[in-house]
Amino acid sequence: MGRRSYWVIAAMIIGYVFLYGPILSLVIYSFNESRLVTVWGGFSTKWYGELLHNEQILSAAWLSVRIAALNASVAVVLGTLAGFALARFRRFRGRGLFTTLITGPLVMPDVIIGLSLLLLFVAMEQAIGWPAGRGMLTITIAHITFSMAYVAVVVQSRVAQLDPSLEEAAMDLGAKPVGVFFAVTLPIIAPALVAGWLLAFTLSLDDLVIASFASGPGATTLPMVVYASVRLGVSPQINALATLIVGVVGFAVLVAGILLARQERLAARSSD
Amino acid sequence: MKAAGEGSGLHGRNGRRLVIGLPYFWLALFFLVPFAIVLKVSFSEAMLGNPPFAPLLQTDADGMTALHLNIDNFLLMFDDSLYYGALLNSLQVAAIATVLCLLLGFPMAYGIARAAPRWRLPLLMLIILPFWTSFLIRVYAWIGILKPNGLLNEWLMGIGLIDQPLAILHTPVAVYIGIVYSYLPFMILPLYATLVRLDLTLLEAAADLGARPFTSFLRVTLPLAKPGIIAGCLLVFVPATGEFVIPDLLGGPNALMIGKVLWTEFFNNADWPVASAMAVLLLVLLVGPVVWLQRSQWDDADSDGERS
Repeated sequence: MGRRSYWVIAAMIIGYVFLYGPILSLVIYSFNESRLVTVWGGFSTKWYGELLHNEQILSAAWLSVRIAALNASVAVVLGTLAGFALARFRRFRGRGLFTTLITGPLVMPDVIIGLSLLLLFVAMEQAIGWPAGRGMLTITIAHITFSMAYVAVVVQSRVAQLDPSLEEAAMDLGAKPVGVFFAVTLPIIAPALVAGWLLAFTLSLDDLVIASFASGPGATTLPMVVYASVRLGVSPQINALATLIVGVVGFAVLVAGILLARQERLAARSSD
Repeated sequence: MKAAGEGSGLHGRNGRRLVIGLPYFWLALFFLVPFAIVLKVSFSEAMLGNPPFAPLLQTDADGMTALHLNIDNFLLMFDDSLYYGALLNSLQVAAIATVLCLLLGFPMAYGIARAAPRWRLPLLMLIILPFWTSFLIRVYAWIGILKPNGLLNEWLMGIGLIDQPLAILHTPVAVYIGIVYSYLPFMILPLYATLVRLDLTLLEAAADLGARPFTSFLRVTLPLAKPGIIAGCLLVFVPATGEFVIPDLLGGPNALMIGKVLWTEFFNNADWPVASAMAVLLLVLLVGPVVWLQRSQWDDADSDGERS
């Protein structure tokens, strides 16, 4: 590669420092005694203590986790069906529109998705009285709509790599299509489903804009609380919260990575 | 219908209908129909009430029903510099940030694709990991770094490079940093996907024929990486155009972006029709790129599926 590789290595170092520097600064200053986030006043865990006694943040976090879990579970089912359809059914009426509907939520700006869903919820309430008011239910529906698209992409790429001869063998041995799906296909694509579930969970936990549109007066999610407090300036409690999130997510991604790596090794072995 | 679906587990007629129909129905109801309503509301008149806009079909005193299409909201977009200025500014900011993302993301994706195979997955995981942590909190981290008495200024003054703190927070520079930082993984992943499949013998052939490394990069690597470049640029450009959080937290009060203006119209001014008109305009501007992305993305995926 010659001289060009120096450029590549330099860009990679800059890139990784750029990606991790800010996160590292959050983690370090979450243990700062001083209230001023940028002045080091000694090691302390007091912000974690304050965070764990902050009723507003705790109840918002609990709401967000419930929405995220419900969202991820429904999104995995719908996203898996959609990803499966995209990978396996080459031709069906409306496939063009279908792929557009899957790609749309991936790129559409949040403000548009949020506004359009809110207007739908308002119109539906006027027309059929459901959903009555806005809150946890409407936020969850909104989140399912965009996270299922992400799940579909993850599942689609996994199913496309799948060796169809396994399923054919099961069919030849007399298994029914649904039986084949649950006995053969599902176990093979399971890691993609786990990754998809985690992705949907994270996306939901992270969303401020769409939830703000879809929410009513009663429901305040964690990002809304964080946003309100961040707007007032830097706050050490948010640093502590960030550190906890980074810790949990780091652990989850590590587990998902190990699962995917094992899956890939198995796939590589079976194709040899 | 004896195509690739033949070997699938759920290929019975009803199973197939269910597999396609369920997600189709959900997306049609919660993604497609809402846009029709946005379009409808964008043509209506704002008024006090719940919901705060007038219906398009109005029955007057004589019992005559008339369609009231109000295009004032759209005229306002092109009349008031607040709106068209924000729109142009958003496109400009998103375009520049996309180019910056590509300049940083391409060598990184290239480096990962050329790394030893056992390093590729960990390096990729490190790119994806920040994306899984809270986006809002990562943008917030930059406030602590960029503000006048923040980490960057303290450090630059500490090493004696500057005497006065640089004003970066609440400037366009901070918005560029925020967008590049937040969307870099979306640029790197599709670039990596095309670069890792690049046939190295083509580069060897180019070298054997006397091409310098830079020439073969321009004439072999870059054209072959084009699908990844297109996908990456659109995955950054389209959402960045409508971005709300980054300009709101890092940007200044003057350089408005369309996502923030839409948010303000909706939440602060409660003007749903104007907010809807802005959404329609933004949508019209972005539909072209999105369709282009979709075609390049799924065509790519389809050709993959056929090869395996």
